[in-house]
Amino acid sequence: MNRRDALSRVALILGGTVAGAHVFLEGCQPGDKKTSAATTFTEKDTAYLDEIADTIIPTTDTPGAKAAGVGAFMTVMVNDCYDENDQKIFHEGMKLLNDAGKKKFGKSFMEIDPSARKELLTEIDKEAKEYMANKKQDEPRHYFRMMKELTLLGYFTSEIGATQALRYMAVPGKYEGCIPYKKGDRAWAT
Amino acid sequence: MPENIYDAIVIGSGISGGWAAKELTEKGLKVLMLERGRNIEHIKGYVNANKNPWEFPHRGGRTQQMIKDYPVLKRDYPLNETNLDYWVKDSECPYTEIKRFDWFRGYQVGGRSLTWGRQSYRWSDLDYEANAKEGIATDWPIRYKDIAPWYDYVERFAGISGSKEGLPQLPDGQFLPPMEMTCVEKDVAARIEKQYTGKRRMIIGRTANITVPYEKQGRQSCQFRNKCWLGCPYGAYFSTQSSTLPAATKTGNLTLRPWSIVTRLIYDKDSKKATGVEVLDAENNQTYEYKAKIIFLNASTLNSTWILLNSATDIWPGGLGSSSGELGHNLMDHHLGVGAGGTVDGYEDQYYYGRRPNGIYIPRFRNLNGDKRDYLRGFGYQGGGSREGYNRSQEELAIGLELKEMLTEPGSWTMRIGGFGEILPYHENVVTLDKTKTDKWGLNVLAIDAEWKENERKMRKDMQNDAAEMLEAAGVKNIKSWDGDGTIGRGIHEMGTARMGKDPKTSVLNKWNQVWDAQNVFVTDGSCMASASCVNPSLSYMALTARAADHAVNELKKGNI
Repeated sequence: MNRRDALSRVALILGGTVAGAHVFLEGCQPGDKKTSAATTFTEKDTAYLDEIADTIIPTTDTPGAKAAGVGAFMTVMVNDCYDENDQKIFHEGMKLLNDAGKKKFGKSFMEIDPSARKELLTEIDKEAKEYMANKKQDEPRHYFRMMKELTLLGYFTSEIGATQALRYMAVPGKYEGCIPYKKGDRAWAT
Repeated sequence: MPENIYDAIVIGSGISGGWAAKELTEKGLKVLMLERGRNIEHIKGYVNANKNPWEFPHRGGRTQQMIKDYPVLKRDYPLNETNLDYWVKDSECPYTEIKRFDWFRGYQVGGRSLTWGRQSYRWSDLDYEANAKEGIATDWPIRYKDIAPWYDYVERFAGISGSKEGLPQLPDGQFLPPMEMTCVEKDVAARIEKQYTGKRRMIIGRTANITVPYEKQGRQSCQFRNKCWLGCPYGAYFSTQSSTLPAATKTGNLTLRPWSIVTRLIYDKDSKKATGVEVLDAENNQTYEYKAKIIFLNASTLNSTWILLNSATDIWPGGLGSSSGELGHNLMDHHLGVGAGGTVDGYEDQYYYGRRPNGIYIPRFRNLNGDKRDYLRGFGYQGGGSREGYNRSQEELAIGLELKEMLTEPGSWTMRIGGFGEILPYHENVVTLDKTKTDKWGLNVLAIDAEWKENERKMRKDMQNDAAEMLEAAGVKNIKSWDGDGTIGRGIHEMGTARMGKDPKTSVLNKWNQVWDAQNVFVTDGSCMASASCVNPSLSYMALTARAADHAVNELKKGNI
């Protein structure tokens, strides 16, 4: 990102939600508050996050978020980039999401099938949007907003996401400002 | 110790220091270039330049550890994972903010020439005459005609891509072929020109990226990766490493010494000249002395002034160059963080190829051509029009197949512009030595006391409103304008604190960038500026440096210094 990209990001943030913007510009302070919530991830957690991510970005004609390793990516980002408060919300969110699944289907998230997962996350996504639209500025973000942002960022910047779902050209070699585009052509990854 | 004697010493290796070294060595002088930070070798030192996005564990973002270590840099976009090593670790190099001043520094060979935005514009007499016409601060001792041939000279060597437009407020130069606008930019540019009957123009940015190969310099043309600030393996943008350093090295006359913190200039009161410099080796903490006939001070605006302030003697207790009382004063920047953006309907069947490391530019139109505002000077805009990618707002979408399919296609066209406004030179915007605080080498740090005033605040209203109004006139929809956090310093265009002038009583430097009080010392970085213009300053530093180096060697030959 450079000054121009930063400008574009700010502009977009003002326009709404942007995948990963939080990671680039928030500049959140390292939290002073100590929390007792577990803030480490187990292998099981990673597998669980993989399934959440894969429900958000499933395999279609191109591999989905799980194949792109988004579960592990989320753990790295939450561990390294989130402040303690956000870490706590994320970890609690993992539990809340699973509880919501149990309540709705009587089974844990890992046990329900993809269509049930999609139904559940669609509901939670709606809840997250309502929460985000009404929350005060200094209130924390919804846990599912975090998961979704990290999934989109992690997937579309992964090798699979960038080169298969999107188009990636490491060295374009030239610039053309105006070329024809037809519906269905993939967007540039960067 | 004869090995410590040179013809010239250049302090700093960034944009202006690199030029000083090139010019002086090419004119046959034995030159020692001192850099306070580490060495970064061209290409080899650009360790992240060829990485793909997925090779960065945080995909370019910032970790909590980085936020802790970089309390200043974190305030804006520069703090990121991809080129962290090109920025000063704030925790090691503190400074005092009497008022908040965002100071984003790069201590390494190449300085901020590695990370600069590369926008390269000539200043005009609109800028060089402004102080005199308005009775602000002091008059520039030069006019456009004095510097124009030097703009020609540095543009040819650095390689500036751009279009000739015939605008008096933004003179044309020696341009390489311009980059193309996107369809939407072309449309917006045409509509603005029509709406404002040519009084406002939107042009392609003029940038120090070469659009043809520079074989003589071993530089390949721009590959449109838009990764310039990682260092360019093709040498396609102007930096010390890609351009001036190889030229200086080729002469066989250059000695480069990294890890060399210049703590003071050594002044001889009998000859009224500086005889050399004192260097603190940043690695071994030893002190060394180097002597030379002339000294070029190019340590970056605030650090050049810090060296002068720290060079106090009983004759000049306020520092070398302090006789006018203006040393440290009149600190300027460009104020930004204000602009507008929106979406553009149509053009769904158009896209672009490659990543253009450049945007569009809207040259100044306020207080110009009969326009008169309730503030002085003006502003320009930089920006661009492109299609949204996966990281766009997606409120309407939930999850799953539909979301994935939608985000794999480009979104709407957007067009945004952000202002760069002139800050006036205020005497009370000042830097001093903080005698109560030292850095890790025990050196007193700089205390910065600067702010915008009424003129800048009034200008910002226009910057915001004009941006929205112009985009509206150009057919842009869903326009949002903003006036965000634009703290002074954030323009990363620090200027002033050792201004040029006509009179030794009111300025620090003469018209050849010589310190009035020690005429073999030349200061040719941003600290020499007597006003700030609204136009990006680096090209002017290059031209002023080449001009001053030419004068220095002539004076040396004549025995005048």
